[in-house]
Amino acid sequence: MSSNIITLDHGSGGKLTMDLIKMFTSNFGKNNSIEMTDSAVFDSELGITAFTTDSYVVNPIYFPGGDIGKLAVCGTVNDLAVSGAIPKYLSCAFILEEGLSIDELESIVKSMSKTADSAGVSIITGDTKVVEKGACDRMFINTAGVGFLQKKHKLIGSGANVKPGDKILINGNIGDHGLAVLSIRNSFTNDIKSDCAPLNNLIKNCLAVNDSIHFMRDATRGGLAAVLTELSEKVNFGISINEKNIPLAESTRGLCEFLGFDPLHLANEGKVIIVAGDGWKEILKTMESHPLGKESRVIGTIVDRYPGRVVLETEIGGSRIIDIPAGMQLPRIC
Amino acid sequence: MEVCGGHTTSIHKFGIPSLLPDNIKLLSGPGCPVCVTSRYFIDDALECSRTENIILTTLGDLIRVPGTETSLYKEKSAGRDIRIVYSVLDALQIAKDNKDKKIVFPGIGFETTAPLSAAAIHQAQETGLDNFYILSAHKIMPPVMKALITEGVKINGYICPGHVSVITGTEIYKSIVEDYKLGCVVSGFEALDILQSIYMLVNQIEKNQPALENQYTRAVKKKGNKKALAMMNKVFETSDDWWRGIGTIPGSGLSLKSEFKSFDARQIFNPVERTESEEEKGCICGEILKGFKTPADCPLFSHLCTPVNPVGACMVSGEGSCATWYKYKREAV
Repeated sequence: MSSNIITLDHGSGGKLTMDLIKMFTSNFGKNNSIEMTDSAVFDSELGITAFTTDSYVVNPIYFPGGDIGKLAVCGTVNDLAVSGAIPKYLSCAFILEEGLSIDELESIVKSMSKTADSAGVSIITGDTKVVEKGACDRMFINTAGVGFLQKKHKLIGSGANVKPGDKILINGNIGDHGLAVLSIRNSFTNDIKSDCAPLNNLIKNCLAVNDSIHFMRDATRGGLAAVLTELSEKVNFGISINEKNIPLAESTRGLCEFLGFDPLHLANEGKVIIVAGDGWKEILKTMESHPLGKESRVIGTIVDRYPGRVVLETEIGGSRIIDIPAGMQLPRIC
Repeated sequence: MEVCGGHTTSIHKFGIPSLLPDNIKLLSGPGCPVCVTSRYFIDDALECSRTENIILTTLGDLIRVPGTETSLYKEKSAGRDIRIVYSVLDALQIAKDNKDKKIVFPGIGFETTAPLSAAAIHQAQETGLDNFYILSAHKIMPPVMKALITEGVKINGYICPGHVSVITGTEIYKSIVEDYKLGCVVSGFEALDILQSIYMLVNQIEKNQPALENQYTRAVKKKGNKKALAMMNKVFETSDDWWRGIGTIPGSGLSLKSEFKSFDARQIFNPVERTESEEEKGCICGEILKGFKTPADCPLFSHLCTPVNPVGACMVSGEGSCATWYKYKREAV
């Protein structure tokens, strides 16, 4: 039904987004063998380099727990960090709508600067374009980032070392970003705040503790479900998840039930999924000792049954398949 | 059979089928409003949206439902002013904020949502709002539950819809028990609610004593919500209505009473009369809605008919039987 034009579903992080990515990579990726993950990881004159870019169009630009500027820094820093890289340099490009207040723009810029400082990255180049009223929604931001990684971490983004028995860890409550943005857009009153945060320091600590991390990914659009289903298909193992171990705030659970949303499909902006081998207990401990990982949990295991499928054991002991969301659950949230 | 789409979703979300013994099977009935909505209703809504100066407001689920040629979603992407709202009252607010536009809300759903549509019309009338219209495909539950039995569906009892019953009370199922000797248990939506309801039905079946029981006592009262019922009855009257996959069921629809015709999109925008045609070739939504077949029996299921490219309406709604099977149960593990 939506095969010949772009619909909002194409930007939802679900199946249609994957179809678009395939179209891009079939055209752009002909002459290189770079693994397509959140960041491109490649050998360069500067060492093993991770490079990524992302655009931010969140509406509204301020939301509980963050703003578009903070998001633009965190998103790119996190895409580098989950590839096993230490993020270093960012670019930022603004597309501004005619009529935007300069004070508002500066407050977003200050927020970016503060977030970059806390993440230990430098914003070193940028661009500005202004478009006519209505041609964009107040402001869109693109950031690109570069980071460097050690040779032993090169396969983390691809998950090539993932094997049955590995544990799946997450650093806290899921779904808060998606619902915080939805709530402010629809004037729902609640205490849900976006989890938007730079994860690179937490990840750096985990990488330093031992060499058992086999895969990392930040669960943004498409949520935890998208990360797990993509991973299971990619590594061709099954994933077994236990519902009662998935951290979820009561207010998020309640609003999800009310609106009929699945929290597994909701966007996060400060959650990393780590798949770790034998040393997972130390990794979990390290995550828990970081302010962004106090609620860290083991949520599941890589298994050699049902390859390519994610199966969730429900709170009452039943089981069901977890699938990648088909399309838009919430419009434009990151 | 669970009639309500919300129950179907809960049943699969909690993984209840994987816990039941082989001799207890749950069939999904026609209680997902999107699934029973005719393709021509979508065509009517599309026709309204093409009228000049219109804002078409819709609940999210309806937006992906295919009409005969296109869907609201595709039309929205092509530039029509079609907006997703969370309630008919949001649509009313849009009408208040855009007095120079005409706002149409396609009203779907059963006794749960019909009182809200009625309240919106009532409010529009009270406040003198003359740019708000409802295209009603509202339906009521008891006639279809009886029609299924008449058509020969093989079930041993009904898990009756919880939210509908909050409004209607439990008495509407009384004649199903008395006339058809089929047990009815009104159920809540938590895992334990549903398991208890199944247990209550099994008890009735074992004792051969079909009865009307209320498991959802914390929300459902015998007489229902009198205020909501009064509002619904003030604005709507029953009429014959078409159910996708089932056909016309006498007295199963809700149309606006003549004194509210100035709010009736069907009267104002006068979409052409259409005769219902057959479903898409191969689609067995009708058989699934009637409980004769499951999505696993459908030749189109999961390869030609998926949530991204739905052929039948049961695949469109998150509460539809096919979408629920696709999401939670595609292959037994």
